[in-house]
Amino acid sequence: MSPRAAWRFESIGFSPVYDYVAGKADWGSFGLPLEGHRPSSTRVGAHARTDVPACGPHDRMPEVRERVRAAGWDTCFVTNEEGVVLGRLGRAALAGADDVLVEEAMTPGPSTVRPSFELDKAVERMRAQDLTTLPVTRSDGVLIGVIRREDAEQQALESSATA
Amino acid sequence: MPTGIDRDEVQRLLHEERAQLVEVLPPDEYEDEHLPGAINIPLKTLDAETTGQLDASRPVIVYCYDYQ
Repeated sequence: MSPRAAWRFESIGFSPVYDYVAGKADWGSFGLPLEGHRPSSTRVGAHARTDVPACGPHDRMPEVRERVRAAGWDTCFVTNEEGVVLGRLGRAALAGADDVLVEEAMTPGPSTVRPSFELDKAVERMRAQDLTTLPVTRSDGVLIGVIRREDAEQQALESSATA
Repeated sequence: MPTGIDRDEVQRLLHEERAQLVEVLPPDEYEDEHLPGAINIPLKTLDAETTGQLDASRPVIVYCYDYQ
C-alpha cells in the first residue's frame, strides 16, 4: 500500500518522498514507541519471556541439555551469532541422550511472531498447532523471547474478564 | 521516484530534515497505533486537498503496516 501512496504523493507534487516499506510492524518489533488506543498488554511483546534459553547450532547437546534443565525450561532456541532464530530444541530433543551437535537435533525454522502480534491470536495459533510456546522475534528474525501458552491463556482470560 | 528507506533513515530524516510522517492505512488502524508524530491520510483519500495540511517544502515519509 505504501508504495502506491508514495507515488501518489509525488504525482501531487511532493518531493522528496520516502517509503518506509517495513512499516509500523517493523518499528514496533524493534521496541520503538508507538502511540494510539490499543494497549500494549494485548500484544505478545508485553508477555514475552526474555529468559528463554538459547544456544548455537554447533554447541553439543549434553551441555545444552544440562543448561536448559538447570534453568527450569523444556525448550531452547537455536540462534546464530546475530541472534537470528535458526531452530528449536523441544522436549523430545532435550530428553534424548545423544552426544551430537545442536544442529543435528534441532527442528529447523520454527514459526515465529512479532511483538505486535495480538495475544489472543497467538493463543489461537498455539492451540491450533498444539504448541506450548511461540518464539517472538524482531522483523529481522532476532530472538526477543518466547510466549508461553499457559501465560497467554491466563492473560487472555483476565483480559476478557475485565472487558 | 520514491525512495525506500529503513527505520534508521526514518529517524534520521525526522530529526535532521524535519520530515513529515504519514500513515496511509484506514483511520481505525491509525487510531489503534501509529508512529509518534504521524498524521493519517488513508490511501483512498489521498489527493491535493487532503495533503494540503502538509508542508510541500519538507520531505514526506509514508508507511503502512508492513510490506503488504
